[in-house]
Amino acid sequence: MSLAIAESPVSRSIALDVEAVSHRYELDGKELQVLDGVSLSIAPGEFVALLGPSGCGKSTLLRLAAGLETPTAGSVREDGRPITAPDPDRILVFQDATLFPWRTVRANVATGLEARGLLRAQAHRIDEVLRLVKLEGFAEFFPHQLSGGMAQRAALARALVNDPKLLLLDEPFGKLDSLTRLRMQNELLDLWKSAGFTALLVTHDVEEALLLADRVIVLSDRPASIVAEVRVDQPHPRRRDDATLVALRRSLLEKLGISHDV
Amino acid sequence: MSAAVEETFGGAGRQPFALTAAGIWRNGLLAAGTWFLAAALTYGLPDVIVWGATDAFAAVMLAGAGVFLTLSVTVHRLGGLGRTLVHYGPWFVVLGLWLAAWEVLTAKLGWLPKPFFSPPQGLLHVYVTDWERLLICVAYTGRLWGLGFFSGILVGFAAGVALGWSKRFAYWGMPLLKLIGPVPASAWIPCTFFIFPTTFHASIFLVALASGIPVAILTAAGVGQVNRSFYDVARTLGADNRFLVLKVAIPASLPNVFVGLFMGLYYSFAVLVVAEMLGAKFGLGWYLQFNTAYSAYANVYAALIVMALICAGLVRLLFLVRDRLLGWQKGIL
Ligand SMILES: Nc1ncnc2c1ncn2[C@@H]1O[C@H](COP(=O)(O)OP(=O)(O)O)[C@@H](O)[C@H]1O
Ligand SMILES: [Mg+2]
Repeated sequence: MSLAIAESPVSRSIALDVEAVSHRYELDGKELQVLDGVSLSIAPGEFVALLGPSGCGKSTLLRLAAGLETPTAGSVREDGRPITAPDPDRILVFQDATLFPWRTVRANVATGLEARGLLRAQAHRIDEVLRLVKLEGFAEFFPHQLSGGMAQRAALARALVNDPKLLLLDEPFGKLDSLTRLRMQNELLDLWKSAGFTALLVTHDVEEALLLADRVIVLSDRPASIVAEVRVDQPHPRRRDDATLVALRRSLLEKLGISHDV
Repeated sequence: MSAAVEETFGGAGRQPFALTAAGIWRNGLLAAGTWFLAAALTYGLPDVIVWGATDAFAAVMLAGAGVFLTLSVTVHRLGGLGRTLVHYGPWFVVLGLWLAAWEVLTAKLGWLPKPFFSPPQGLLHVYVTDWERLLICVAYTGRLWGLGFFSGILVGFAAGVALGWSKRFAYWGMPLLKLIGPVPASAWIPCTFFIFPTTFHASIFLVALASGIPVAILTAAGVGQVNRSFYDVARTLGADNRFLVLKVAIPASLPNVFVGLFMGLYYSFAVLVVAEMLGAKFGLGWYLQFNTAYSAYANVYAALIVMALICAGLVRLLFLVRDRLLGWQKGIL
């Protein structure tokens, strides 16, 4: 049994446990409570979507999971071990693409390999992921020469090239036009199925959450706590007019405080 | 006439290759005219006081007029160089006028008197008779400036990165830098004499200080202003501190570093005169002081022009380096 686990794709993903996490920011001497007792367990290889009003603390939760900050109270653990520092096994794709403007697309994507001294051994992966996000023709471009959507795809490529076990996505498709958005959602889904990483996706789009995730979690206004949790068992590919999904969408919107007729 | 004036003074920006249909460069012709005017005035009118090289200056202006006359029909065959020449056409025209006016006001009318002013042929005389000494001075100054400037910007850059990166460095270093920064170079002379084994070392120190301080201040500010998200991204991608400094902080602050380099370049030239006060035997700064003391103002002007040209050339060079390294900024600025 244990042998089977070691060999299965599970070894390329991790379990994320958020336990009674509260977090405060200090701003000009005033304390700003952002998270309030959030508990959440994500199984290895699971795809979870986070929904919530803007400013409630979604990005903060991702920063905690990435190890960029440590929670004021509670604990965040990967496979049972506390997360104390960033690690390329857990990669966060930021809300703004945040590409390094002085590096070409290729050099941006290469950053993680370069930082870990793997550039020589794994240089071929750069072209692979660039093809994956359809940017192979733009490798030598600088970020200021890209559209918002292309920049976001480059940021995704910069994360994927490191083969993360946990991919944290902060509204990665927010700036894409609706067609590119649909395509990128499918790409992400395929990638998640083949690579087997654990995914935690923050989005403000209820439909996107329902199309992609195994589980959708709804956060309250700041300070955020979990107000609802919905399991989505529909097999992929999902249709957005699927009756179950439409019903789920309605109830999620209600929980977000938006009435039926939207 | 008004069309010609319009082309000369207003048209340059709009039509960089201001050639008429027949392929004649109108500004080239005009420049030939103004230069010829300067030559004729110099040669034809009597000098109020005797200056050495009146005929030589007239000959130079005449030669210039000849060159512009030739260029006015051949400039379009010169490619890139031709385009540059055409771009500066209005300048050549005005330069001829300006030299003619300068000639008349000094040598011919004496309204701007000796020894404070010198006609153009006075400067030419200096270059003709004293060129060997000037050349030696350029070499000496070049050595002093090169050693001072490059050691200064190197130390300044390293200090700036440390100050911008480390809170502890900034705590002790920033107040010191702010205190040292505004102190004029001449105020350092007494202690440099005590600290450094030779006056040459002391001079290098003064030039290094002048060029290093703006680089340090601007680099520190640049590193301090780097968007924190860049560090976050790099850290999640597995970057250690070394990577953060070398591959994030430094490239991100390079635009600021270049502002500091330009300031340092100007300050280093301004401080040369003071630096060469410390018992130098040769050098442009020394040449300036020496000739000022003897009221040989023509020599002073001649050396100043050489200095200005060298400084402008170095600024140009620095621009090229900057455009090379900061190509990624195009479209952001
Ligand atoms: N570094 C910080 N310092 C102080 N306050 C912060 C910081 N980061 C975020 N906040 C505040 O925390 C709250 C939640 O932010 P965030 O997690 O980005 O929200 P969301 O991603 O859900 O829109 C906001 O009110 C924001 O102003
Ligand atoms: Mg956010």
